[in-house]
Amino acid sequence: MEWKLDDSRPIWIQLQEQLTRMILTGRFRAGERLPSVRDLASEAGVNPNTMQRALAGLDAEGLTVTNRTAGRTVTEDDSVLDGMRAKLAHELIRQFYEAAEQLGYTREQALELLKRSGS
Amino acid sequence: MGEILIQCQDVWKYYGKKEALGGLNFQLSSGRIVGLLGPNGSGKTTLMKVLNGLLHPERGMVLIDGETPGIYTKSVVSYLPDKTYFADWMKVSDMFDLFQDFYEDFDREKAEQMCDVLQIQTNQKMKTLSKGTREKVQLILVMSRRAKLYLLDEPIAGVDPAAREFILATILNNYNPEGTVLISTHLIADVERVLDEVLFIQNGKVVRQEMVDDIREKEGKSVDELFREVFRTVPYGGGAADVR
Repeated sequence: MEWKLDDSRPIWIQLQEQLTRMILTGRFRAGERLPSVRDLASEAGVNPNTMQRALAGLDAEGLTVTNRTAGRTVTEDDSVLDGMRAKLAHELIRQFYEAAEQLGYTREQALELLKRSGS
Repeated sequence: MGEILIQCQDVWKYYGKKEALGGLNFQLSSGRIVGLLGPNGSGKTTLMKVLNGLLHPERGMVLIDGETPGIYTKSVVSYLPDKTYFADWMKVSDMFDLFQDFYEDFDREKAEQMCDVLQIQTNQKMKTLSKGTREKVQLILVMSRRAKLYLLDEPIAGVDPAAREFILATILNNYNPEGTVLISTHLIADVERVLDEVLFIQNGKVVRQEMVDDIREKEGKSVDELFREVFRTVPYGGGAADVR
């Protein structure tokens, strides 16, 4: 696994973002068990407490489920996964409009540009 | 996690007339990895030695796991000094014998496994090892104890960047999770990812104590950047006249 961390933002947030992406892209599949906190932490080169906080964040979002016998597994609830996917997509769209507005485009112009490119 | 492991209250230590610790105050909980950060001469090594019972403060209270540094605390504190102290003629295995005799919590098997991974032969004599390897052996000894408090004084200063990574990974993989690790260093960029919390020390006082992710969140900067800001010194301009 590749971990990219930037020291000027909270590490646990970045870990949570990257774990979320790994789940949504199928790096960890629905129902799959995640490696232990310690293993993930040592792989990312971070403190286990920091990794624990990121994983607790995944639990809070409902992306992972912790249970006593099976450990921490990826949720099998598709609606949660789809919801998270939509949330990330909206964030990307928001960033796109914001960047386009900084360049001096209106929302309509930006949308027009988007339609014309890539097709 | 959460229990108070170290308590320092108004601690003063003098070397002759010079004060090395000037009324230092802080508390640390167990279950954390903490960076002790400060410029050269700020009192980092002195504090490490006070916590370890090698130096006695003139004034103030120091408690480790509820006790003043002494016989009990030495049994729960694993200390990596800033210099190596091995006798040249000793073999790595002699050091293991020594640690086994001295410390009940020393896990010899673990130490041997770590040497194996690093391809350090335990029948080698200390004087035949390179400086970096000697430092690694010392770290292996220290991290093979199941201690409540690990005091690591400049564990990465003398080694190359690849060895630094190895050392940090060794610390992360081997510390007792109920214990606390206090790492002193001025190589902040190299360690900041493994830290939970930092203590900034200057002129023998703690000037800032904070969780590292809180620093990143509040200040939008890395610990390294914040350190440079807090401890910025204005360079000497070479005596140019003050032109107005």
